[in-house]
Amino acid sequence: MTRVLPSLSRLWRTLWRGDLAVLIAAIAVAMAASTTVSLFTNRLHGAIRNESATVLAADLRLESGRNAESLDAAEQQAQQRQLRTARLTSFTSVVHAGDQGQLATVIATEAGYPLRGTLRTATIPYGPSHATNVLPGLGEAYVDPRLASRLGVSVGSLLRIGATQLRVVEILADRPDRGSGYAEVAPAVLMRGADLAASGLLGPASRATYTLLVAGEPARVDPFLAWLKLHKSAAERLVGVGEASAQLGSAADRAARFLNLAAVTTMLLASIALAMAARRHASQRRDEVALLKCLGATRRVVLLRFSSEMGAAALVGAGIGALIGYCAQSGLAALAHVFTGVAELPAPSATPIIWGVVMSLVMTAGFGLPPVIELTRVPPARVLREDLAARPLPLLVPAALAVATMLVILYLAVRDARLMVSAAIVLSVITGVYVLAGIGLVRLLARLRSDAGTPWRFGVAALARRPAQSVAQLVAFGLGMTILLLLGVVRGDLLEEWRRAVPADAPNHFLINIAPQERDSVEDFFKARQVVVEFAPWVRARLRAVNGTPMAQRMPKSDRGRAFAEREQNLSFRRTLPADNQIVEGHWWPVSGLGAAQVSVATEFRDELDLHLGDRLEFDVAGESVDATLASVRKVRWDGFRPNFFLLFSPGVLDGNVSSYLAAAHLEARVRPDLAEFNRRFPTVTVLDIDGLLTTVRGLVDRAADAVTYVFAFTLLAGLVVLAAAIRATADERRYEGALLRAFGASRRQVLLGAALEFATLGVLAGLVAATAAAAISAFVAAYWLGLPWHLQGLLWLFGPIAGLLGVGGAGLLGTWRMGLIPPFRVLQAS
Amino acid sequence: MPVLESRRMTKEVTSPDGRLTIIDDVSLVIRAGESVAIVGPSGSGKSTLLALLAGLDVPTRGEVRLEDRPFSVLDEDGRARARAGRVGFVFQSFHLVPSMTAEENVRLPLELAGVVEAPERAMAALAAVGLLGRARHRARQLSGGEQQRVALARAFVGRPALLFADEPTGNLDTASGEQVADLLFDLNRSAGTTLILVTHEQSLAARCDRTLALIAGRLADDSGCG
Repeated sequence: MTRVLPSLSRLWRTLWRGDLAVLIAAIAVAMAASTTVSLFTNRLHGAIRNESATVLAADLRLESGRNAESLDAAEQQAQQRQLRTARLTSFTSVVHAGDQGQLATVIATEAGYPLRGTLRTATIPYGPSHATNVLPGLGEAYVDPRLASRLGVSVGSLLRIGATQLRVVEILADRPDRGSGYAEVAPAVLMRGADLAASGLLGPASRATYTLLVAGEPARVDPFLAWLKLHKSAAERLVGVGEASAQLGSAADRAARFLNLAAVTTMLLASIALAMAARRHASQRRDEVALLKCLGATRRVVLLRFSSEMGAAALVGAGIGALIGYCAQSGLAALAHVFTGVAELPAPSATPIIWGVVMSLVMTAGFGLPPVIELTRVPPARVLREDLAARPLPLLVPAALAVATMLVILYLAVRDARLMVSAAIVLSVITGVYVLAGIGLVRLLARLRSDAGTPWRFGVAALARRPAQSVAQLVAFGLGMTILLLLGVVRGDLLEEWRRAVPADAPNHFLINIAPQERDSVEDFFKARQVVVEFAPWVRARLRAVNGTPMAQRMPKSDRGRAFAEREQNLSFRRTLPADNQIVEGHWWPVSGLGAAQVSVATEFRDELDLHLGDRLEFDVAGESVDATLASVRKVRWDGFRPNFFLLFSPGVLDGNVSSYLAAAHLEARVRPDLAEFNRRFPTVTVLDIDGLLTTVRGLVDRAADAVTYVFAFTLLAGLVVLAAAIRATADERRYEGALLRAFGASRRQVLLGAALEFATLGVLAGLVAATAAAAISAFVAAYWLGLPWHLQGLLWLFGPIAGLLGVGGAGLLGTWRMGLIPPFRVLQAS
Repeated sequence: MPVLESRRMTKEVTSPDGRLTIIDDVSLVIRAGESVAIVGPSGSGKSTLLALLAGLDVPTRGEVRLEDRPFSVLDEDGRARARAGRVGFVFQSFHLVPSMTAEENVRLPLELAGVVEAPERAMAALAAVGLLGRARHRARQLSGGEQQRVALARAFVGRPALLFADEPTGNLDTASGEQVADLLFDLNRSAGTTLILVTHEQSLAARCDRTLALIAGRLADDSGCG
């Protein structure tokens, strides 16, 4: 290989010269953006996984309604895979203290529980609590503060559960799997599994849930999860971390999508710079190639030599970028802890860095290889006649390679073929429009050049003298500015939308199981404390048939679909469309005329059950049959922290079937101590505190906003690299022309003014076209990618040209400043 | 034995005014060890003839044979392989690689030919042209005369059988030109290399064994078949 590759020391020296340095900068910026985003989202997902695991008290739960032994095989399998396990048995039973009895959820467990998160206990109900993982001893129990209040027991009291007596040793203030769902409404008693037999409550016909908890390294848990999905019986229910904390997942996914979009645009922007730098780098090496060929180098040798040089530049750039990316995301993670209660984000994995390096090489190959291939076509006779140029590649080759590379980058970032194709079409159309607009504008300038003054003639008219390069520069500046404007617009909208999703007064407490007769008293209780409560009637119903076909005959294949079809649903009715719902099909019923029974479903419900507008849905509501026509389909924002339902009925149909009310309220710290009194007055109402979850999501939004700002900074940097590359693209010619002009008597000021005018014109033109393109793309991105409402931003047409004028004009002037300092004779001599 | 031979070689190019014949039916034989000057006025086709003989370009008709083997019929890579380690060049505009040091420039043909002791031989070649002290200087840090001496070292370092020189003193002042010319002929003599020199300087041509005069693409007499 010595005859093919340059020596390492020479390679190292070559890398830092001129255009390879620009190429390295382009790769470094792209890599920095990509690694910051992927490392950060990787850690964020890890943190969400941990957080979700805390909600489950494990990484996954397998629940069986049959008996404890049915879980033995799964437990054995988990232990063989070096996963930690624990068992729970839970059932509902009446618990007695003296002559008082209360319905409670009895949870019996053994050492190890909880596998994730911690228990919190207190000595008095609603008193200060502390974290502990010590379980009650034999003959002992921890009781929920609500149960303690209702039964009037305190630490030291005796409880009777079935045939056994247990001593209350702690008040169970919190446990990780208390559940953010609404299913478990009875307060809990925690006891040892060994005391269960003595209670005599679990006979063969008893209704208990047996749960296996499993936790461990993700690398071990994931294969076990896959094994379980294949081997578990239909009667067993599997809950994994992905299914918990829907709100967190939704917010994080949205953040990850935007961050990936921003990173991809940075990479595409860097690709423009890379392509221009590679082209100029190659054009400057043509003499060297001709010489090498004279001395006996074949085309293969030339190809290997120069592609290895470019590959080395890509690796160095990727290394620098990875380092910057790693530091950036560490800074981001350290700025503040994303999750309250979680000390820090889990350690980043190396995968994003490996992918980043692969991506850098793909980018370099896609955009940098065509000029290198052209180099191999330089005729050796160029050593004797410098005007001999390489036969250019057919335009289709670099264009096809560039498009293919773009597709690969897009696909790796979004992992969605449909989205990738539509994005590629948009990009290709925009580039095509730029080329056409560029040609048109350059022709227009050519007509204008004759009557103007000297700087105009030698500056702006230069654009018309170099039509191909001017169009290329216009496309580069234009694409760069489009991306920056686009990111600026979408970023602002996105952050605003995110913050709107979790406003400061979002409900932080849910009240579940309010009996219809208690509704007004509950409202009065909070009204007295200046708290507004939003009530939703709760009706339990089962879907029986669609258009007369029983559900058993149209059972969906997916688990979720089956759950919709088989289980009893919690549904509600209301007059107005909830604020965080959006009608995507059909119409919401009129507020005044109610008419026949109508139902509105969430998109998930429609998709899983393959429903269509006008379908007749037949429900079983407490034994009665209720028919309703499907009137509309709603897109529901589940991360909005408001009570939302898959099914909403028009008012007047189910009014007599309300089983209970669900309420949401924002309780400030001053009101919270009153919850003990609330519990005493409304003992059957469950108060669910989601303040912690809200804080977590707010933290997530804030950190994602920080990440967006970081990535935006990288995109700006990529824009600067494009600027540098584009200015360098015509630097040699401009230097030569400037020297000639000065030799013939033009002043330095005239030459510089000409250059400034040239770049300013380019900048304004690129800015105008970029503003139009950014407006069009932002509509597309908002609608199809981020699912956000779109508003036309008129200011784009002001910002675009001004940014172009100042950015491109200023940078162009700076870039050519030195040109005026070099004595003309030296430039002409060197040429 | 002829080291290089052209048989009825013609080069035509297409120009806006139609087809243009640059080299017209040139046949010549160059024997091992001799030095041949190609002279002629500007535009007579001297550089094109050199390019054709060196395999940097191919004739429209006729052929070139190197060491009695077909040369011009080979493809570009084939001709490059045939040149590797066998042919050296000196150009009017030096053609040093600006990013390389003097030593790296000299080492280049050895590396391409896969020679193991390249660094030592490169230093010896630089010593032979009196530039050992400039080994670590980049091309642009050297004067014109020094650059051409580095180019001479590069041309001779691979001990080529054949050396092509295109106006080797054309870009140099008189003193530097004479110094380079002396060095060129000294090295040529001691290495026993065959030299084909394109020049319009009579004094330089006179130092060669034979002179071929090219006028409007044709050899002026029959000396080509020498």
